[in-house]
Amino acid sequence: MEIPYTVEAHPETGLNNGKIGIWLFLTSEVMLFGALFATFIMLRLGSDGNWAAMQAEAELNIPLATLNTAVLIASSLTMVMAWASLMRGQLGRFKLFGWLTVACGGVFLVIKYFEYTAKFEHHHYPESSTFLAIYFAMTGLHALHVIGGMAWNAYFTGPGSKLFHTNRQWLTDRVEHSGLFWHFVDLVWIFLFPVFYLL
Amino acid sequence: MAEPVHASPAHDEHHHEQSFWRKYIFSTDHKVIGVQYSVTGLAFLLFGFVLMMVMRWNLAYPGEPIPFIGSLLGENRAPGGIMLPDFYNELGAMHGTIMVFLGVVPLAVGGFGNFVMPLQLGAPDMAFPRINMISYWCLFLGGVTMFASFFLPNGAAGNGWTSYSPLADIALNGQTAWLIGMIFLITSSLLGAVNFITTAIQLRAPGMTWMRLPFFCWAQIVTAFLLLLAFPPLEAAGVLQLMDRVANTSFFIPEGLVVGGEVVDRSGGGSPLLWQHLFWFLAHPEVYVLILPAMGIVAEVIANNSRKPLWGYRSMVYSLIFLGFMSFIVWAHHMFITGMGSVMSTFFQTTTMIISIPSVIILSALFISLWGGSIRYNTPMLFALGFLPMFGIGGLTGLPLGLSAADIPLHDTYYVIGHFHYVVAPGTLFALFAGVYYWFPKVTGRKMNEFLGKLHFWPSLVFMNGVFFPMMIQGLNGVSRRLADGGITYDFAGEVAGLNRMMSVSAWCLAVAQIPFIINFFMSIRNGEKAGRNPWNSTTVEWLAPSPAPHGNFDQPIEVVRGPYEYSVPGSDKDYVPQAEPAST
Amino acid sequence: MSEHVDIDKQVRVYFLVFGALMVGTLVTVLAAELDVSVPVALTIGLFIATAKASLVACFFMHLIDEKKIIYWTLALTVAFFIALMALPLLTSVADQVGEFAEVEAHEPH
Repeated sequence: MEIPYTVEAHPETGLNNGKIGIWLFLTSEVMLFGALFATFIMLRLGSDGNWAAMQAEAELNIPLATLNTAVLIASSLTMVMAWASLMRGQLGRFKLFGWLTVACGGVFLVIKYFEYTAKFEHHHYPESSTFLAIYFAMTGLHALHVIGGMAWNAYFTGPGSKLFHTNRQWLTDRVEHSGLFWHFVDLVWIFLFPVFYLL
Repeated sequence: MAEPVHASPAHDEHHHEQSFWRKYIFSTDHKVIGVQYSVTGLAFLLFGFVLMMVMRWNLAYPGEPIPFIGSLLGENRAPGGIMLPDFYNELGAMHGTIMVFLGVVPLAVGGFGNFVMPLQLGAPDMAFPRINMISYWCLFLGGVTMFASFFLPNGAAGNGWTSYSPLADIALNGQTAWLIGMIFLITSSLLGAVNFITTAIQLRAPGMTWMRLPFFCWAQIVTAFLLLLAFPPLEAAGVLQLMDRVANTSFFIPEGLVVGGEVVDRSGGGSPLLWQHLFWFLAHPEVYVLILPAMGIVAEVIANNSRKPLWGYRSMVYSLIFLGFMSFIVWAHHMFITGMGSVMSTFFQTTTMIISIPSVIILSALFISLWGGSIRYNTPMLFALGFLPMFGIGGLTGLPLGLSAADIPLHDTYYVIGHFHYVVAPGTLFALFAGVYYWFPKVTGRKMNEFLGKLHFWPSLVFMNGVFFPMMIQGLNGVSRRLADGGITYDFAGEVAGLNRMMSVSAWCLAVAQIPFIINFFMSIRNGEKAGRNPWNSTTVEWLAPSPAPHGNFDQPIEVVRGPYEYSVPGSDKDYVPQAEPAST
Repeated sequence: MSEHVDIDKQVRVYFLVFGALMVGTLVTVLAAELDVSVPVALTIGLFIATAKASLVACFFMHLIDEKKIIYWTLALTVAFFIALMALPLLTSVADQVGEFAEVEAHEPH
């Protein structure tokens, strides 16, 4: 059985189902991270001026995080390039950019891993202070999103790309939707980076 | 741009005889999933009810061994059959959790929403059938986790359904399992909400404009938005509380917390109030998640059985949307006694008073819809009519709780329990029963038995009031809701403590009153009176599909040409004009 | 996306946005070295982050040219997001107002 407007756009909304679905999902993600940012603000306001001390004690690695920001921004570029290649009908370039995006996600996670293990070596655990607790909670949840986005992209770049030969428009839309998620993950990091490392 | 290739996205799915597993267990058909949700919801409602009946024994006869099942509960729960207070707390917390998240929500939203909404829209299925299946199985996993937590060595969660920190952070019981279960349930609701909204936006049949939508669909759409935007903060809070329990963090633990005479070994610096804010940011909209689908069902049943259009359809729809919007900015009226300051409490009292207005508009419109109708008193209609005054009592008793001056003495008494249960038990549950009787023919092709239905309704109405009205009296006397012995150790409870037995006996009789329903439900599947496509002579689109409807729903193209409640149209040859029937020439 | 998009032009925009984001990242890091008070530093940092996020949302996520229904959904989310952010802020403001009133009540005039 066919579901209408899976590929073609609805005449009234001008959108297909997937586009609306992914944006609705992203609104719930906004509220999820919003609640965590609210928690962050509340903890910081309630810290009686100890926040800077806790932050200094945590010794977060600014150069590594800056590098990670650059990696994630680059992955967003490769993501839109993957989609643009599909729009041009170039399967090879789509795969190249798709795998580059996944690889950037991998590099991000490896750097994150080194950051986390450096913290643990200095006995900085989530339980050490509320700063570290919210740091690990938010960056950890963000890392889970990176893993999810990588799996999603890897599927469409790998086995899912067979769709190119049967329904190119559908593949292009799906990649656009997974791209929306990927950019959102990038967008969250754009806030996480200054909030934890710099301010 | 390269030429788009339009192939059918699911071309390999039809014309295959599906295996049993694909057809009934891992089905992507919204109707099968709706039935799965409904059956799961009904089963958990029964289970949650059983938990409550066990609690009611200890309230009525504190310190006496529980008959029949007392010896089965084990030494760590009820030594010698006498319930331990800790076990009472477990039952209380799990009763609330199960009834709200595993009973009413799966039945009202997952069950009725899934089954009825696509049919009413004239859609072949939900927009994302596979996500629909996943969301049911997330719910199932959440339910299994919750149920299994009773068998943990320290028992299930016992910190109230609200799981307030810091108690829930440090309790030794199954709170961790509760949090994991909740994360499954929240994921399920989020996926469901995305699906519902997309379906309503994209898959309405041609001609089904927004103002031709049945009121039930509107209720489901607003509900889906509440789930979509209110649940994530609780998911965040749940993750943080999980970290507090598993990774020893202090999100909700203040500095210098003393437990059992010793300072807790945590870094501190967290805020117990933060949990309350995040919890109620979800849980107030959640109350509307429980009530809005019920209002939708009642509106359908009343319009159909009064043979009249709904009075004030548009104002009802706008009220519904306003209600959904306002429900996000009233949450702190649950927190008046936390000392949040008069500025904040003034704000939240004002919004709370404002939110009562749309509820009153909807209820009034439903009452006025009855005026001058030729009412058919069948079982669905009886339950829908029962809903109106019961929800009215529930709503009106809520007003004193929305004003901080009155809330401060009433907070945490049985008055709150009475108020909330009037809204959800004789309110929402009656509406859900109305829905079961009303749509049963569409699911099975057979009607439920009318006599057994009435035998279900009248005793239920009496005993529901027998359970919940005395709670108001006890609450006004100041009896706390948290006491495992029903408050007999307190002097002020003395004169009203006897009501505990009345409530408990009512509750057990209420259980007996559900037996006709259970018999009726299973008997009618095979032996009920055969129903055609439209046994209730209804106008909405779901009745144009065959009963039971096949995969893909309709055997004719649907083109909607008029509003949803064209009953008793002057000059028409019958007293209803279906939404999708072409105008007679 | 609508079908008449000039994809080559878009790709040029993507590279420009990428460059702007990289510059923005550097500026944030350098601005954090400035010796300013905490509120000023927070304002600068969040301003740059918001600018970067807007670039991502507008161009990479195509929000600059999107259908009405998505704008409506996002507007709704923004409203509730503000309610969510007001949660800690209003609470602490209420505390401060309370304290302020208390101090005033005790001060002899």
